[in-house]
Amino acid sequence: MSEIREVNVSELSHLVSERAATGETMLLNMGPQHPSTHGVLRLLLELDGEIVINCIPDIGFLHTGIEKNMEAKNYQKAEVMTDRTDYLNPLGNNLVYCLAVEKLCELDVPPRAQVIRVILAELTRINSHLVWLGTSGLDLAAMSLFLYTMAEREKILNIFEEISGARMMTTYIRPGGLWRDVPVEFEAEVRAFVKGLPAKIDMYEDLLTKNELFIDRTQGIGVITGEECIQWGISGPVLRAAGVAWDIRKVNPYSGYEQYDFDIPTSTTGDVYGRYQVRVAEMRESVRIVQQALDRLPYGPIRSNNRKIVPPPRSELGTSMEALIHHFKLWTEGFNVPEGGVYVPVESPRGELAFYIESDGGPNPLRVRMKTPTFLNLQIMPLMARGHFVADVVGIIGSIDIVLGDCDR
Amino acid sequence: MNEKLEAVALAIEERFGATRVVFREQLTLHLKAEQIVEVARSLRDEFGFNMLSDETAVDYWPKEEPRFHMIYQLRAINANLILSLRVPLFGNSPHLDTIEKIYPNANWFERELWDMFGIYFDGHSDMRRILMPYDWEGHPLRKDYPLGYEEVQYTFNIGEIQDRKPRPKE
Repeated sequence: MSEIREVNVSELSHLVSERAATGETMLLNMGPQHPSTHGVLRLLLELDGEIVINCIPDIGFLHTGIEKNMEAKNYQKAEVMTDRTDYLNPLGNNLVYCLAVEKLCELDVPPRAQVIRVILAELTRINSHLVWLGTSGLDLAAMSLFLYTMAEREKILNIFEEISGARMMTTYIRPGGLWRDVPVEFEAEVRAFVKGLPAKIDMYEDLLTKNELFIDRTQGIGVITGEECIQWGISGPVLRAAGVAWDIRKVNPYSGYEQYDFDIPTSTTGDVYGRYQVRVAEMRESVRIVQQALDRLPYGPIRSNNRKIVPPPRSELGTSMEALIHHFKLWTEGFNVPEGGVYVPVESPRGELAFYIESDGGPNPLRVRMKTPTFLNLQIMPLMARGHFVADVVGIIGSIDIVLGDCDR
Repeated sequence: MNEKLEAVALAIEERFGATRVVFREQLTLHLKAEQIVEVARSLRDEFGFNMLSDETAVDYWPKEEPRFHMIYQLRAINANLILSLRVPLFGNSPHLDTIEKIYPNANWFERELWDMFGIYFDGHSDMRRILMPYDWEGHPLRKDYPLGYEEVQYTFNIGEIQDRKPRPKE
């Protein structure tokens, strides 16, 4: 490693204003070790008094080379890495990876697995939004909310633990279906959870929606228009809060989302408060989707019967020689995937999450690319923060719901 | 396939001599590296592809002709279309024109590509590393960049292991 180099202001001259060189404005580091940056985000702020003139995000502190690692593993083993990127949306990441592999292999997924996938994807969305609500409330000094949302989130994590054995790193959705069927208590537990949630959301709204302190800190802060959002590739709640009703679950449905009745919540303000309203409304929509999915949950197989790709059930290994061979082949060598590349997007809690997977015909992917929403949403920090106080930067970071694991991969 | 997308593909093929590949119902247009700025501009202004969803690259090392492929995913939000463009890049230190002036969010995508693949973008406003530390050497997502596994070394095979280790080349 070379010695530590001192960075001069002149190297950043194309990013900061000319007044920074003369010392008229102040350059201030915020993060990477700052509680309100939700992980390890570093912002270089250029300040005139307490007003932010410019904000330069510096990312990469949580870069773990997940794309590179996935290229060195076969398709089943690579899936384990997907949980580790966006740690608030593990099942959503599993889902999009599996959809991409299924598209490459033209694999079928049985209806029961599809419905369970939808339930889990929506529970993960609620989980992520609950954590967001708690932590961004904490940033704006709404202390008690954090405790309430974490208590609800605990119930979701218990459900995840029950189905997959892990609370966060699930790897439960697999190419061709699911790892195993859900336990018998699953349906009743999810029903009880979604039945109780709307009342809890009402309670969170009582604490914030008409709270004058909260409104003062959020309305008119970090405004961005719909055109700017599209120009900068923003997706998810940030885009919908700016008045563009664009949701991949509606425009490009996957896993049977076209069969469910739900709305796309939008707001026209495009500020921090608008994003808060959109996310809270989205939780209510997710509850609706989960209830519909539970009502139609069919019985049947939970993974595809294509034994060249999907491992046989454990019960068959003792009686069938063929199943034993398939099991051995699949867990040592893996399966070969036809040559070509696919781009598969889904709607994650933060926006458009997509996998581009390219195969060279072998058992390892040639290239796995994660297009993550946080990476793009963080890019417009300077646009949102300019002209606001330093204290409002904290609220803006919270409002775009960053997960640095998702951003840096 | 969608009729609107078909019309766009035909127009681009006619005007720029692009070739199309359809794989799993996804349409990809193959272009030359010099054309990318012009094609992106006409797609945005005439055909309404107003969002750049993704910009990435694939390394085909040890093949060098072409070694890299650039992949762009463009979206038309209003018409709900998605189109991907592919551009081959030759040699070990390729460069091509930035599309930052057409799609501003290409800024970070291209910084990431420079960081990870060593693809240089001419005319880019801020060509610094983005994910790796600024004094890092090499470009990690290249196929000739070592993954970092270490074999167990003994006195009898240490030289052999050292020789076999892949090293980044500039």
